[in-house]
Amino acid sequence: MQKIAYLDDAAATVSTKAPAVTATAPDAAKRIAAILRARRHQPGALLPILHDIQDALGFVPPDAVPAIARALNLSRAEVHGVISFYHHFRDRPAGRHVLQLCRAEACQAVGADALADHAQRELGCGWHQTTADGAITLEPVYCLGQCAVGPALMAGTELHGGVTPARLDALLTALRQDDARQKPGAAMSDEEVSR
Amino acid sequence: MSATPKSTPKPPSKATSTPTSMAMAAAPVTVFVPRDSTALAMDAEAVARAIAAEAAARGEAVRIVRNGSRGMFWLEPLVEVQTQAGRVAYGPVRTEDVPALFDAGFLRGDNHPLCHGMTESIPFLREQERLTFARMGITDPLSLDDYLAHGGYRGLTRALAMGDADIVREVTESGLRGRGGAAFPTGIKWNTVLQADSPVKYVVCNADEGDSGTFSDRMVMEGDPFMLIEGMTIAGLAVGAEQGYVYVRSEYPHAIAVLERAIAIAMLAGWLGDDIRGSGRRFALEVRKGAGAYVCGEETALLESLEGRRGMVRAKPPLPAIQGLFGRPTIINNVISLATMPVILAEGAQHYRDFGMGRSRGTLPFQLAGNIARGGLVEKAFGVTLRELLYDYGGGARSGRPLRAVQVGGPLGAYLNASRWDVPLDYEAYAAFGGVVGHGGIVAFDDTVDMARQARYAMAFCAVESCGKCTPCRIGSTRGVEVIDKLMAQPDPAQRTRQVRLVRDLCDTMLHGSLCAMGGMTPYPVLSALDGFPEDFGLPPLPARAA
Repeated sequence: MQKIAYLDDAAATVSTKAPAVTATAPDAAKRIAAILRARRHQPGALLPILHDIQDALGFVPPDAVPAIARALNLSRAEVHGVISFYHHFRDRPAGRHVLQLCRAEACQAVGADALADHAQRELGCGWHQTTADGAITLEPVYCLGQCAVGPALMAGTELHGGVTPARLDALLTALRQDDARQKPGAAMSDEEVSR
Repeated sequence: MSATPKSTPKPPSKATSTPTSMAMAAAPVTVFVPRDSTALAMDAEAVARAIAAEAAARGEAVRIVRNGSRGMFWLEPLVEVQTQAGRVAYGPVRTEDVPALFDAGFLRGDNHPLCHGMTESIPFLREQERLTFARMGITDPLSLDDYLAHGGYRGLTRALAMGDADIVREVTESGLRGRGGAAFPTGIKWNTVLQADSPVKYVVCNADEGDSGTFSDRMVMEGDPFMLIEGMTIAGLAVGAEQGYVYVRSEYPHAIAVLERAIAIAMLAGWLGDDIRGSGRRFALEVRKGAGAYVCGEETALLESLEGRRGMVRAKPPLPAIQGLFGRPTIINNVISLATMPVILAEGAQHYRDFGMGRSRGTLPFQLAGNIARGGLVEKAFGVTLRELLYDYGGGARSGRPLRAVQVGGPLGAYLNASRWDVPLDYEAYAAFGGVVGHGGIVAFDDTVDMARQARYAMAFCAVESCGKCTPCRIGSTRGVEVIDKLMAQPDPAQRTRQVRLVRDLCDTMLHGSLCAMGGMTPYPVLSALDGFPEDFGLPPLPARAA
């Protein structure tokens, strides 16, 4: 997805390289059709549909756009316009973990900029990009509501406050160890959310 | 105000040497470990598990309640133990502290270096005026019994016995003004929707809390969701709307999860649905998830997004109260505005109105954030000063350095230097000098802050988040970044002055030519940085007494 480079991040430009993950779930078309059937008659259904698709597949495949447009009686341009407007929706797969680093004022006041530099150096990738091993996608986020305990980040749906460069390194190691144990990625489990 | 940490009273401290007394099987000790997402960010989940495991290993009977947060975030995870005298606070508790807490007898409320005495006596909490946040951190957010036992649904019960116009009059008389930031009188908005002739009306809650430095909406949704549900139901009764939507930002997955469960619980108990508590009145509620667009906090962009489109701002008129969601008359209010309805209806308009000053009635949940020693939520009546909040409550900068700049009111609010810190927080008093109270977010910066960088950030943020509909915002923000860059790269003072003139001219265009607050208020942080901290732009500093 086209994203604007941010602030002084001249180096962080539009991500052009697709991550290594290419396998779209084989039953993707079927799952999308089921989502469309379930949602299409809901008022203002487009955002809920896009969320469902992204939650199911990890992204909104561009080749799903015609089907979504048909189901909602919209033009493909309208659907594409909505997907590209919202920062949350992605049109290509992310890494196994999505790391959202807060870049907003309250976190800036306690060292978020230095942490962001450190994260990019450690991961060897810029904003909206994925590490070469496909493990981690780095995203900027403008406020996670953790403004009294910044700098804050969210890995999947797991929040961390008071993140120092050292704590970030420990977290990255833990995420990669998770991968090594073949645990699934950043999808939000019910237990995780309801705790 | 005497909110100093030193005056914290401690409970009788008799750290006995016989900590592992046999637990009385009949009476487990209640231990509270918050489930608020800031507590989780500080590892509350692991602490809760560690306490459970340690209790099991020692044969102690404990009942762990996952409460909301008290809003004292520097103490999170703040563990509380229920004793006969009340709740005793320990924090910040880390997993490795847990065995020592058991050794010290924390299950009896005994002393330990992490003990802060009775929770209610902690000055940060004791000195607040909590009306909307009265239950916050005390109850289990998903226990309807807790909610009812602590005054919940008294407001709705009263509203069910009132006429719609009477409810609206009560809201008008409370003096409540929109807590999202625009401060428009809520009662007037509601009356417009009430008067609108339409078979279908909607209530929409704006929970797209995107301002950095704010988390009061999040706390309500995570820590006292029934209060928001009750408030929205009251709004539905007042104007004859039967469907409500809560538009929550996607960055708040925990809030969404708690809210959805609370709605399901309220439905089952008959507090939502086709026949609310046998009244024959109907109100249904649905959570809709945003998708990471700051501008959707603007009410008309939010409505566009709810309808399934790009979050592009609508020109007003028509007002949403006349033609809102799906073209129908719509109440659209911030979380805090709606969450304040239960207390207004339960206690009466006069009670709420008695707090505050001037035309700013009631209380505002201020949020202390950024570089602050004691960050968290402070609900106070309007009229409190920034200095009181920053020092008496906040304890100064977290870094231990002097505070230098404070941004009040989110990314579109002004940066204030110390000369403004004694102005009472009141909508009119702030507007008089170009400040913004907004949603009550307060972001503190110490003396290492570079205000030219912050001004540039304000423009850059606007460039990223502009919906693109109007030119001053879409193009102006990008040009703003460029002009500030040129200004900062310019060694020649005469040339600098020229660039400053350009920045001011551009800000003037954005201020007066933008369609909504996104472009229209981005100049606030920029100009306030320039005016209040000129030395950071290579300009002559202010005379000493003004600085």
